[in-house]
Order: sequence, then C-alpha cells, then structure tokens
Amino acid sequence: MITKEVVEHVAWLARIKLSEEEKEKFARQLSKILEYFNMISNVDTSNVEPTFHVVELHNVFRDDEEKESLPQEVVLKSARESEDGFVKAPRIL
Amino acid sequence: MHLNSLTCHELVEMIKAQTVTAEEVVEHVFRRISEVEGKINAFISTFNESALDKAREIDEKIRRGESVGLLAGIPVAVKDNICTRGKLTTCGSKMLSNYIPPYNATVIEKIEAAGGIIIGKTNMDEFAMGNSTETSFFGCTRNPWDITRVPGGSSGGSAAALASDETILALGSDTGGSVRCPASFCSVVGLKPTYGLVSRYGLVSYANSLEQIGPMAKDVLDCAMLFTVIAGHDPRDGTSVPRRPCDYTKALNDEIKGVKVGVLKEFFAVGLDERVEKSVLNAVGILEDLGATCDGASISYLEYAVPTYYLIAMSEASSNLARFDGLRYGFTAKCEGDWNEVFSTTRGEGFGGEVKRRVLLGTFALSAGYYDRYYLKALKVRTLIKREFEKALSKFDVLVAPTMPILPFKIGEVIDDPLAMYMMDIDTVPVNLAGVPSISVPCGFVDGLPVGLQVIGGFFDEEMVLKVAYAFQEHTKFNLKKPEI
Repeated sequence: MITKEVVEHVAWLARIKLSEEEKEKFARQLSKILEYFNMISNVDTSNVEPTFHVVELHNVFRDDEEKESLPQEVVLKSARESEDGFVKAPRIL
Repeated sequence: MHLNSLTCHELVEMIKAQTVTAEEVVEHVFRRISEVEGKINAFISTFNESALDKAREIDEKIRRGESVGLLAGIPVAVKDNICTRGKLTTCGSKMLSNYIPPYNATVIEKIEAAGGIIIGKTNMDEFAMGNSTETSFFGCTRNPWDITRVPGGSSGGSAAALASDETILALGSDTGGSVRCPASFCSVVGLKPTYGLVSRYGLVSYANSLEQIGPMAKDVLDCAMLFTVIAGHDPRDGTSVPRRPCDYTKALNDEIKGVKVGVLKEFFAVGLDERVEKSVLNAVGILEDLGATCDGASISYLEYAVPTYYLIAMSEASSNLARFDGLRYGFTAKCEGDWNEVFSTTRGEGFGGEVKRRVLLGTFALSAGYYDRYYLKALKVRTLIKREFEKALSKFDVLVAPTMPILPFKIGEVIDDPLAMYMMDIDTVPVNLAGVPSISVPCGFVDGLPVGLQVIGGFFDEEMVLKVAYAFQEHTKFNLKKPEI
C-alpha cells in the first residue's frame, strides 16, 4: 500500500514537486500497480543470481589517450546560466 | 510517380543509376509530409533545408562518379530520443523541449556516412515510456490505418511516418517493445537487435540494460539494409559488443525449408484477442507451408515478465532521469529558491504523468528496505526468464508469437489505466529481459487494422530472424498494402 505520505517521501527523494491532486492520484495508482507487482514474491529465486546485464562483458578498457572533447563554449550554450566557464547553479546551502 | 511510396532498395538503385535524383526523392517526401502531417502528427521537427542540401551533395557525387554508400540519398526519420548535432532532440518531453545536442549519436554518424539523409525527428511517448505515443508533450501521433486509433509506441512517430509514406526508413528504440509494438500496429517492419549490437551512444537513456536502437522499414530487405549500416562495435558505448561487421541483406532468401520454428504456447494464453490469435496462427500455417517445422515451445515464468520488466525499467529510469536538473541543458522552471527548490520545481513541471509514475515507483523500488524485495528480486526473476529463452532457443532456430495481444486501440481509451497499459506489453517485454533479437513483420489485417507476427532468435542470430521474416513476407506480401489517408 502506497500512502500519500509515501508518495511525498519518494517524490522528495526523486526531487519532483507534486501538487496535492497528483499526490492523491499517484498514491491510488501506484498502490494498484505495486499490488500487482507483488506477485513476483511468489517465485522461488533461492540460489538464483541476479541479471544486471545480459551481455557478459567485464572491465571494458581503452587506451588512455588524449582525445578532442567538445569546446567549453558549445557545451555552456545549453546551460541555463553560466559564469567564468562554469554552469551556474542555485545556492545549495 | 510518387517516389516517397517506394522502398529503400528500389530507390537506391534508381538514384545510383541516375534515373531519379536524391533531391527529387527528398522533395517527394517533404511534399507528402506537408500533405498528411495535419492528420498524422508523426514528426516533432523536420529539416527541409539541410536535407535538400545533403541530397544535392549526394547527387553531385554520383554525377562525378564517386562512390556513395549503401543508403545513398535515402531519407531517414529518427526517433526524437536519438541525439542529432545542432538539431532539436526533445524525447517527446517538455523537459527537453529546447534541447539542442552538441554531438551526434553514433547511429546518426553511421547513417550519414552511408549517404542516408536525416529528414526529421519523430514523435514518441515521453522518454519512450508508453506503448501508444499518447504521453508525448507534443500531442499524440495517429495511426494511418485509422486516425482515431493509436499508432502504438513508443516509436509511434517512426512507424506512422513509414506507413503513411512520409519517409523511406526510420529509427526507433526498443526498451520493452517500443520498436515492435508500433511496427505491428502500423503494418511496418521493426527489429529489436540483440543487446549490445547497436551503439547506444547518443541515445537518451531510459532503462539502459534493456534498450536498443532498432531499424524500422516498409519491408524486411530495407530493414536489413538499415541494420547493416547501424550495427557494429563502438568504443564510446561500454556495453557495445565487439563483433565482425556483417551484411545482413545477404541472409535474405525465401528458402526456409527445415527451419525449426517454436510456437510460444504461453503467448497465446489469456488476454489475447481471438482475431489476433487467428491471424498469427494462420501465419504459423504459412511458415509450415514454406517447409519450416513448427512445434510448440514453452517459456515458463511468462506471467512474471511484466512486473519484472517494469520494476527493472522503472528503477533504471529513476536513476537515468536524475540527470535532468534544468541547469546544464533543457527546460528550467521560472522560480527562485535554493537548489532543491529549483530542481524539484523544474522536474515537477518538466515531466509528464507517466514519467513521474515510473520515476516515483522506481525510486520506491530502490529505496532502503525495498531494494531486495523489488529490484533485486526482479533481477533474479530476469535470470530465470533469460534461461527459459536460452533453453527454448537451443531447441529451435526461431520462436514465434503475436507481437501485440490486441489490435490498435482508440486514442484515449486506455490512457487513464496505467496498469492496463503495462499488461499489453506481455508479448514484447520478455525479449528485452532476455536480450535476444526479435522482429515484428506484418501478418494480416482484422477489420482493416494491422496484426504483427513476432519472430525471436538466439543471441546475435539476426540473420535467421531476418531470413524467416523475409520468407514470410515474400509469400504473403502484406507489406504492399497501404492505408488510405
């Protein structure tokens, strides 16, 4: 069961501001969805390893060579605000 | 002649022989777009000028006798979650509604190097989350076979553009069926490649362990041509698999005598529209007539595929979409305040309902106290489902099933019931959990609405998948039927 308080907590963790109406709607919808998802607890998975990735690739290395990267001014063009070559963010503390 | 209604393999020959010019082909495509876009809404943006410039360059090269690539002069429509340098890439979201990437995805570089011409970016469910293209910030795309119905999704714009002859080739991406579902609903061909075969560099991530960029086309040969161009190892994608380059068009012949076809029993169970079932079983009969041996095959745990898929996809989404802060690029809400306030407000206004649902539930599944019960559990069930496919594919060359259990539904009919939407993905998501390749090929019509046959193959056995789809197409020719718009 996902209550409105759980939705509020999770929305805070995900940094998504919700309206009161959204909180109630998502509590209702997510409860129903999660109730259905709970069926996976019926599967016996003892001694089964999780699959994070289907392809067996481990430690993909490349040579440590210097390559051209995107010019700073091109990248900063997309930013909301920039100053002295940095992306400017709102105050954190 | 309406050049826009022809296929890539027909047009490339004509362009190279100089019986038509690439410029004419591009002009025909844009004329068609201006005629039908008002009804279809397949594109988020189109690039008339740059496409015509590129076409003239190709024509000039051909006139000078220089070598041109496999896709010389061919218009390609690209799903709007694939980065195109200097050109809007929105992911169908308000969050990226102003985003202009400073770089190209690897697949775009490959297509352009092969002479393909990017004509525009196609509509999609927001961040590829959906199977109807209804969750796009830019409005729903309509199904060319019946404009009151959805085109499928999330690559609905690409499929609708093909079906309505607004392009010659298209790219989609498939996380849980997003290439195959719209291909089925719009009666075109769409391939979900083996995980790792096509570079994801420049594809905006939704659920990175599941998704692949896939070719979409009007017939199987065109699909194989585009796939040949985009497949291949890319050092810029850490999950890209080193393989020898392959010309997949060489695999196509209509000789499938002795090919072992497994008919996936569980995929014909509850929830399947009887009319779709009849159409797909008829397709199985045709494969038998062509000399394939068809037997029942089984995938246990199928009933767990939807919750398993969604728990993994939502968890990965919650992590992948954390990057959208509105500071470095993309939409920013107009508000004052500290980091958390600006960040949360931007995301609250920038994301639509389905994206919020998935990020919230994914965050929940990964949060303290629930990680083992949901996320880790789903990854273990994934192992079991993957093993089922490996087992079945050790006995059969390919497995067949319906692509979608239902016919294209009415716009607005299901959108308010998210769980009902998720359940429709029952036949497509298991394939992404396993990572194997799968194609959807047109297999008939019910009351004028398309049905798709899904052909699933073993890891890296796209050649077999394409070959079976090609043989089926050559003996049925459903690909030649066009909608009246």
